[in-house]
Amino acid sequence: MENLNLFIRSIFIDNMIFAYFLGMCSFLAVSKNVKTAFGLGVAVTFVLIVALPITWCINQYILQPGALSWLGEEYASADLSFLGLIMFIAVIAALVQMLEMVIEKYSPSLYNSLGIFLPLIAVNCAILGAVLFMQQREFSNAWTATVYGAGSGIGWLLAITALAAIRERLSYSHVPKPLRGIGITFIITGLMGIAFMSFLGIKL
Amino acid sequence: MSLKKTLLPLVNPLSKDNPVIVQVLGICSALAVTAKMEPAIVMTISVTAVLAFANVIISLLRNTIPNSIRIIVQLVVVAALVVIVDQVLKAYNYEVSKALSVFIGLIITNCILMGRLEAFALNNRPWPSFLDGIGNGLGYGIILIIVSFFRELFGSGTLFGCQVFPQWWYDAGYMNNGMMILPPMALIVVACIIWVHRIKNKDLQE
Repeated sequence: MENLNLFIRSIFIDNMIFAYFLGMCSFLAVSKNVKTAFGLGVAVTFVLIVALPITWCINQYILQPGALSWLGEEYASADLSFLGLIMFIAVIAALVQMLEMVIEKYSPSLYNSLGIFLPLIAVNCAILGAVLFMQQREFSNAWTATVYGAGSGIGWLLAITALAAIRERLSYSHVPKPLRGIGITFIITGLMGIAFMSFLGIKL
Repeated sequence: MSLKKTLLPLVNPLSKDNPVIVQVLGICSALAVTAKMEPAIVMTISVTAVLAFANVIISLLRNTIPNSIRIIVQLVVVAALVVIVDQVLKAYNYEVSKALSVFIGLIITNCILMGRLEAFALNNRPWPSFLDGIGNGLGYGIILIIVSFFRELFGSGTLFGCQVFPQWWYDAGYMNNGMMILPPMALIVVACIIWVHRIKNKDLQE
């Protein structure tokens, strides 16, 4: 039950894009059509689902103060938490590299349409953000961390697909010239963010 | 002429090639830290420092990095620099470091860093790369400071934590606009900056 709550929370209430504004760069850049946006969303969700349990284990058994005590008494006082950022980013970069190879092999068309933004998932703030939030909230086990990853990823997927759909329709409307393109996209994202705030009232 | 050319990487990103409103890089942190002016300025300084040094380091290494692992190398250089900034902030300004919490760590994934490393430092000599880093850091800072100015002024009625609007305004019925504190308004303020900027720079319009 707790995990289900966390899952729903991380999709709607703690939505990566509309509540924390993480992962905006690729969100704004790849949202020109629904198909590509959906593909990127799925890729990000996948990386999140795999990355969170791995980083949770790293955090629990290597980085936390006293985490190394399973190695023996003399390591119990070690505190490696300052290495966190480097370890996490290395895990994420390795995962993205693997994902890139898999997508290239099994779905060349998606690979071509994502282009440069596939490797750039490595620097998608939503992923490192989720990992850092996971560390901050001190989840009790790896399964909870996976659920959080899945929820955040699906929230991101939902947001980018919705924005892409709106932008597809927007190309038929009359927007003031200086606002066309990126300007109006910012405003729409802001309005969607305000709309998502209505979820804040829900207590889970 | 030659001086002008040398300074180009420094001046261009300030307006014409601004990282936030033209290249659309580094949006996440630009939105998240701009509710107050002080964290915005600390963030500007941190990003400028990290960007300038990362640019120099990558530029020095540019002929020795194999193409296939360059992303990992770039990330490791940036991550190491960010860890240093994080520790320095924790030591000397713990309050601000608390307020920026996750976002200092997120400098690593700030797209400005990767974007400039890929686009500039990999193909240029260290000195222009250094200037490019400073320029882009400042260009990012200008937007951050403008946005945080409006958000703090209208959202809390203060600047750097000092009261700006006199008390009789409030007595006469003026109210702070709570909306400005919320992150979505940051997007709309940035959109307004883009609007004004593109009216001035017609060649950027789509």
